Amino acid sequence: MATTATVGNKSLWAGGVAPLKASYGKLMMWFFLLSDAFTFSGLLITYAFLRWSAPAYKGDPSDFVFSTEYWPIPEKVYDAFPGLHGVEAPLFFVGLMTFILILSSVTMVLAVEAGQRMDKKGVVKWMLWTIIGGIAFLSCQAWEWSHFISGSGVATIGDVFINGRWVENYEIMGAGLSFNQYGPPAFAALFFFITGFHGFHVFSGVVINIITFFNAANGMYEKRGHYEMIEKVGLYWHFVDLVWVFVFTFFYLI
Amino acid sequence: MEQTSNVVVQPVDKNKIRGIWKIAGILAIITLIEYAFAFMMDAGTLRNVIFVGLTIVKAFYIVSEFMHLGHEVKGLIYSVLLPMIFIVWLIVALVELEGGAVKSSRGTVDYHPTGSEQVDDSH
Repeated sequence: MATTATVGNKSLWAGGVAPLKASYGKLMMWFFLLSDAFTFSGLLITYAFLRWSAPAYKGDPSDFVFSTEYWPIPEKVYDAFPGLHGVEAPLFFVGLMTFILILSSVTMVLAVEAGQRMDKKGVVKWMLWTIIGGIAFLSCQAWEWSHFISGSGVATIGDVFINGRWVENYEIMGAGLSFNQYGPPAFAALFFFITGFHGFHVFSGVVINIITFFNAANGMYEKRGHYEMIEKVGLYWHFVDLVWVFVFTFFYLI
Repeated sequence: MEQTSNVVVQPVDKNKIRGIWKIAGILAIITLIEYAFAFMMDAGTLRNVIFVGLTIVKAFYIVSEFMHLGHEVKGLIYSVLLPMIFIVWLIVALVELEGGAVKSSRGTVDYHPTGSEQVDDSH
């Protein structure tokens, strides 16, 4: 802080200058997130590339049936809602998940805002809501995965490769890594990999949020004189929300 | 800053809080618009472009306001933004061009169910 007064006498490269006006920790969090964005871009490129080069269904969407021969229409796959068995509710559940994650992002902004005012009570309250949101999202994803794995409706007939040999006209129910009832094998494999990788980010975020929640509640940041750690954790949490926005578009809408 | 045992809590800036909830409302509305398109418009290239466009609008609000990047110095904004622009170019190149090229060079045929010839295939 005092360096700005003496900066004129120093060489630009002699240190003590902060051209980006952000602390080391925040800056490194930004560059970590950038590299993480590259990883997710790689995964989404793989998804879209495989999808665009796979056979598409060109018939009337209302006549659509699952087959391993062509890529499924996403809203036909994700049309279940917990407690509403047999009711078609396309994309409602994933909409709820999106809503939960956006809300937990908002509570994180409110925690950061409370931290800037040195309001310990506010930080603790909003961090707790953020953690609850994260856990709710993970629970939803657990339900979604288990529903996806166990399958629903009528089994799809297809040729599959089991234990080193081809089995013809196998009744496929649910989804696994090597074949699934909804579409080509790559469809479920990519679903598990990409939503799983994102879910693991959410999980890490919840763990980090819990640690900072306890640190804030114990007055560690108050003693330090600033709540910058909440801001850094907040950046990570918003990034997780940001990735979900893209996963939502690519997986469920397109 | 003096280390004191009783920290002064600054008062809440109502406008700032309202601004945060306003951004949250915008994000919710854009998601609802996406749903409207998902249910009322047939799948096709145009709908995909709309979805990706709305997603980028949402990403802008999250990064700029929630992650506060819009209020940082220009150098930091560009060092995050420029690499991402190259990534977007890579996505367009790999997905649209390479994906389509691989599909046609493999001779992959789309599935047309019998008896649905009247279906519009222009996209």
